[in-house]
Amino acid sequence: MAETPFIIQERQFQRIKSILARLCVECAARVVFLVDRDGQPIAFHGDIGDMDTTSFSSLAAGNVAATTSMAKLIGEDEFPAVVHEGERESIYIGVIGRSLLVVVFDERSTVGLVKIRSKRASFEIAAAIQEVLTESAAFRTNNAAFFAEITDDDIDSLFAQ
Amino acid sequence: MTFINYASREINCKIVYYGPGLCGKTTNLQYIYDSTAPQAKGKLISLATETDRTLFFDFMPLELGTVRGFKTRFHLYTVPGQVYYDASRKLILKGVDGVVFVADSQEERMDANIESLYNLEENLQTQGYQLNNIPYVLQLNKRDLPNVIPTDDLVGELQRKGEPVFEAVAMDGTGVFDTLKAVAKQVLTELRKG
Repeated sequence: MAETPFIIQERQFQRIKSILARLCVECAARVVFLVDRDGQPIAFHGDIGDMDTTSFSSLAAGNVAATTSMAKLIGEDEFPAVVHEGERESIYIGVIGRSLLVVVFDERSTVGLVKIRSKRASFEIAAAIQEVLTESAAFRTNNAAFFAEITDDDIDSLFAQ
Repeated sequence: MTFINYASREINCKIVYYGPGLCGKTTNLQYIYDSTAPQAKGKLISLATETDRTLFFDFMPLELGTVRGFKTRFHLYTVPGQVYYDASRKLILKGVDGVVFVADSQEERMDANIESLYNLEENLQTQGYQLNNIPYVLQLNKRDLPNVIPTDDLVGELQRKGEPVFEAVAMDGTGVFDTLKAVAKQVLTELRKG
């Protein structure tokens, strides 16, 4: 495999969740997501209703990937934030290194408020993600036995269901 | 890049279906979607043109079950096959864990297969991968059509590193799950190797 897996541990996950929970309250959002730029959901907090969060994450990443490429075509490195304003619900996406902070909000909040609060939270999120990335390789090495224990039967059984 | 979450006990992997335009990448996903129990899948998202050609990507999450207590989810993507959507293809390969190359077995599509395969190798390199180092499967699709090239000739031309090869008719599902199983198995085996 080309890259070390992104391994998020319980305490790191809870730390990220608490940052998202605070941000969700601070900017009166419906739901706040943290998504990897490759489309993998990392964590969320808020009211997701029956939303398909996996698809939502993939589309958010696709959205940023497309706008970043557009930015490059006009001589910008990237657009650090993307906003989609709907009639009732709106989406703010902020780029934080290799992660995306996605805030879904309605008329109880404003783009300005979401931007300000998200920017503050982004420093904490960047630090938390950096810790995950730094510790992933070491965690992988120290827990090699767990992965090595995956047997051919384990893998085959996935397809028997 | 495989995502492992110890808090939610989940393993998430990304598999990309690659190949020339109209080779059947979306049809593979559609068949998997139609044949999978509702609780095991998310929505099939298709960013397509009005004529149903893939514009950006198709996507579906597929939950296969648990390995050692971890829920195992595969994120299946297709790329747009048409030559001029190369920027989209590069973006979708980011963070890929495994690739399925869907070849069109028809004689007149041989050049398109070769071009697309070169394009795959090139775009993987752009993203810092080597075809030789990532889980990879070759699917020879449309085997039911009358004007197909013999399997041995296709394999001789398109096989790159002794990867598993599957004959398929994605429209009726022949070979679709065998292909998916082979690439998923390689991805999980890589994880085991570390």
